Amino acid sequence: MLKSTVDRVAGATPHALAKRVRGLSDRSLAWLFVAPSIVLLLAVNIFPLIWTVRLSFTNFRVNRPNAEVQFIGLKNYLSILSDKDIWLTMQATAHFLIWTIVLQVLIGFSLAYLINKKFRGNDLWTTIIVLPMMLSPAVVGNFWTFLYQPQIGLFNYAVGFLTGADPSSFSMIGDVSLAPWAIIIVDTWMWTPFVMLICLAGLRSIPSSIYEAAECDRASKWRQFWTITIPLVLPFLMLAVLFRGIENFKMFDLVVQLTGGGPGSITELTSINLKREAFEKWRTGYASAYAVILFVTVFGLASIYVKALNKVKQR
Amino acid sequence: MSYSVTEPSQRQKWFAGILVVGYALITILPLVWIIATSFKSPADAIAYPPKTFFTPTVEGYVNVFTTRTRLTEEQLKAVGEPQTWYERLVRKDGLVISGPSRFAERFTNSVIIGFGSTVLCIVLGTAAAYAFSRFKVPLKDDLLFFILSTRMMPPIAVAIPIFLMFRSLGLNDTHAGMILLYTAVNLSLSVWLLKGFIDEIPVEYEEAALIDGYTRFQAFYKVVLPQAATGIASTAIFCLIFAWNEYAFAVLLTSGNAQTAPPFIPTIIGVSGQDWPAVAAGATLFLVPVMVFTILLRKHLLRGITFGAVRK
Repeated sequence: MLKSTVDRVAGATPHALAKRVRGLSDRSLAWLFVAPSIVLLLAVNIFPLIWTVRLSFTNFRVNRPNAEVQFIGLKNYLSILSDKDIWLTMQATAHFLIWTIVLQVLIGFSLAYLINKKFRGNDLWTTIIVLPMMLSPAVVGNFWTFLYQPQIGLFNYAVGFLTGADPSSFSMIGDVSLAPWAIIIVDTWMWTPFVMLICLAGLRSIPSSIYEAAECDRASKWRQFWTITIPLVLPFLMLAVLFRGIENFKMFDLVVQLTGGGPGSITELTSINLKREAFEKWRTGYASAYAVILFVTVFGLASIYVKALNKVKQR
Repeated sequence: MSYSVTEPSQRQKWFAGILVVGYALITILPLVWIIATSFKSPADAIAYPPKTFFTPTVEGYVNVFTTRTRLTEEQLKAVGEPQTWYERLVRKDGLVISGPSRFAERFTNSVIIGFGSTVLCIVLGTAAAYAFSRFKVPLKDDLLFFILSTRMMPPIAVAIPIFLMFRSLGLNDTHAGMILLYTAVNLSLSVWLLKGFIDEIPVEYEEAALIDGYTRFQAFYKVVLPQAATGIASTAIFCLIFAWNEYAFAVLLTSGNAQTAPPFIPTIIGVSGQDWPAVAAGATLFLVPVMVFTILLRKHLLRGITFGAVRK
């Protein structure tokens, strides 16, 4: 072993030197520790990404391995950007993204605010609220199709019970106007706890001395809320929005199991659309270009957002 | 009792408590419903109005582990009397068990891939996190950002070349391939979380050990690792849960051999149409371990979620 050899050398050298030679040097140890992770990430994340970019300029199809692969330049990109159907999936994604974030921020922050009142047993109830986000979205999403069944589904029954509507008169995942909301409801149910936990961390990071000072200055509770609570929690809230935004832009498992993109293609989010192009139509080159466009979009939007976030933090 | 201006009043606490408990009860209703449905008979499961009280049966659990066929009266007579309790249970509906289903196999795959990737992820992650936390690694910030940015990729976007790469390496639909893949997916989270935990351990402990004649590696192994044990454990549970729940890669890259439970459970169908109690039974077996884990380890897990996110 390398270490024992070095140890033997170290043992033979005078004491003053020993300290520097014993064991691996910090520098080589650092590389030994970091390298495996970097190599794995390069092999499984970066190499495929570069490959995707390369494929995106070709007309390659996985299901036709013998066909000649031609470089066709930007043709894939141009046909994607001029495709009306793809703009429709982008719209569906935007609708999903905006509403889930709005609902999750409102509900998540309110819950965190209430939990921060430190009533008895709050940590147990917090855990119960957190449960949905720890579970497999595909398995849970699949079960929600059962809850959404007209007539026999629990969701329809509950809505019928509360509003007096006939539970069999509407179908959350079969109706073109309701399906986009069906996926928003399940995503909100599942991921509100995440926003809540981050807000809670933000609320708990505010030292109580600030409120005490405000109280001395006779600031009203309402004023304290808007001038202390909100600005200090805002960076946390924005972080939560960033994570939910990235995750929901990539959204695949939950929605595939819930609606499969239907009815028609009304809930066909970009990831589902991409999967269809890549693994059902097998247009590998075209799908690669699509993937690159999506990645650049997420990365670009996230970078702009992080800049804004840093500005908020500095204030 | 000391009076504090920032302490909420009793009335506020009651008000907040009632609202939060109300939300919590609504939010776990679907989960309770999954567990309840798994103990219903198929007829009770699709009754209208939905049944809250019913006679529990384990039919769903029998169905999720077996495949069954419907036989005619004469064929049933030829087969003879059912021998075991589960055969008797399906015989009521005129069915016989024709063999085990693939559920047990899929579940085992989930366990193997989940634990395998978690162990690998923790070993690599702890080493990298220690190096980033203690040493002057060249380009440290860039490397850390690089590690983080690998999380922004939509799984489907890299699935195409990973599919091609795995095919040429013979890793498609194998445990080893999925373990490597999940390790790579989780590594960013594990490095960031563990770096946070290791940052909190005072450097003085190691320095004392180094002065006592430990090598750097010994100091890491004998001083830092035991100190970071709680952090490592909660990071491990995160990696395990992510690997356990993952669906997109599993559905695209595995089929016959190494398929995990999440792509399998939705495909469970009965002899006549979707068998909801069986789906619910499969889901219950798959989800309940995670729920129990979450409740038992809530302190560490909740800290982990916020900690990981806020650090980034």
